Amino acid sequence: MTIGLEHYLFVSALLFCVGLFGVVLRHNLLVIYMSLELMLNAANLALVAFSRFNNNLDGQVMVFFIITVAAAEVAVGLALIVALYRKRQSAHVEDLASMKL
Amino acid sequence: MEAYLFYIFAALTLVCALLVVANPFSRSPVTSAMFLVLTIGSLAGLFVLLHAFFLAAVQILVYAGAVMVLFLFVIMLLNLKEEERRKLRTAAVALALVAVGAIAAMILKTVEKSGVGFGLKPKLEGGTADLGKLLFTQYLLPFEVVSVLLLVAMVGVVLLSKKDLK
Repeated sequence: MTIGLEHYLFVSALLFCVGLFGVVLRHNLLVIYMSLELMLNAANLALVAFSRFNNNLDGQVMVFFIITVAAAEVAVGLALIVALYRKRQSAHVEDLASMKL
Repeated sequence: MEAYLFYIFAALTLVCALLVVANPFSRSPVTSAMFLVLTIGSLAGLFVLLHAFFLAAVQILVYAGAVMVLFLFVIMLLNLKEEERRKLRTAAVALALVAVGAIAAMILKTVEKSGVGFGLKPKLEGGTADLGKLLFTQYLLPFEVVSVLLLVAMVGVVLLSKKDLK
């Protein structure tokens, strides 16, 4: 049995939904952030699979850019979380419900 | 052989991803981070199966190396011990399951019905040389813009982590 494009897309869709489940369910800001990374990785997998099966290298270039931007995003996001933690002494979303610092 | 490897890596990815978001034994963020490293490693395996060797290496180096070390630093920096004990409400879990399950069913059904991969054969042999050539010719401007973005992110992080945020 050969593995086709739809197999990879299934894995990618399931991985995306697992990440979404984490974002909806968990209350810890850091774990929510990790779930976001899972969702980005699911998109990467779909792009690489499309790129291989459609004989087009553009998908891989796009994944390269996504990885770079995700690294920058993680750095800024974690700095924000640390700054927020200094103000509120908590990384729990229910403690961070008001907009006023 | 390749099919077996695909199923092994796919199962490993999904199980480890589930253990990142909902681990029945531990709610500690450190455990989640460790399982995220495993997820990323098995995703790199899937990339190798798709003949994207350069991206598999970058995935390991950047994600499992740099990003996860950053995550672990922040987890160690913030003292999150007491927050592990808070309970998740059963209703919240059930609602999240229903919502995410509906979205999953929708996406999977769409992929199945659209017949998107029908009759397509894997053919791209994206070597690193080809990727580099594309990156420095057709995608030169986005490449430079990304370098500026990294600089901006660095300056932003330095500014954000100052003691008195003005």
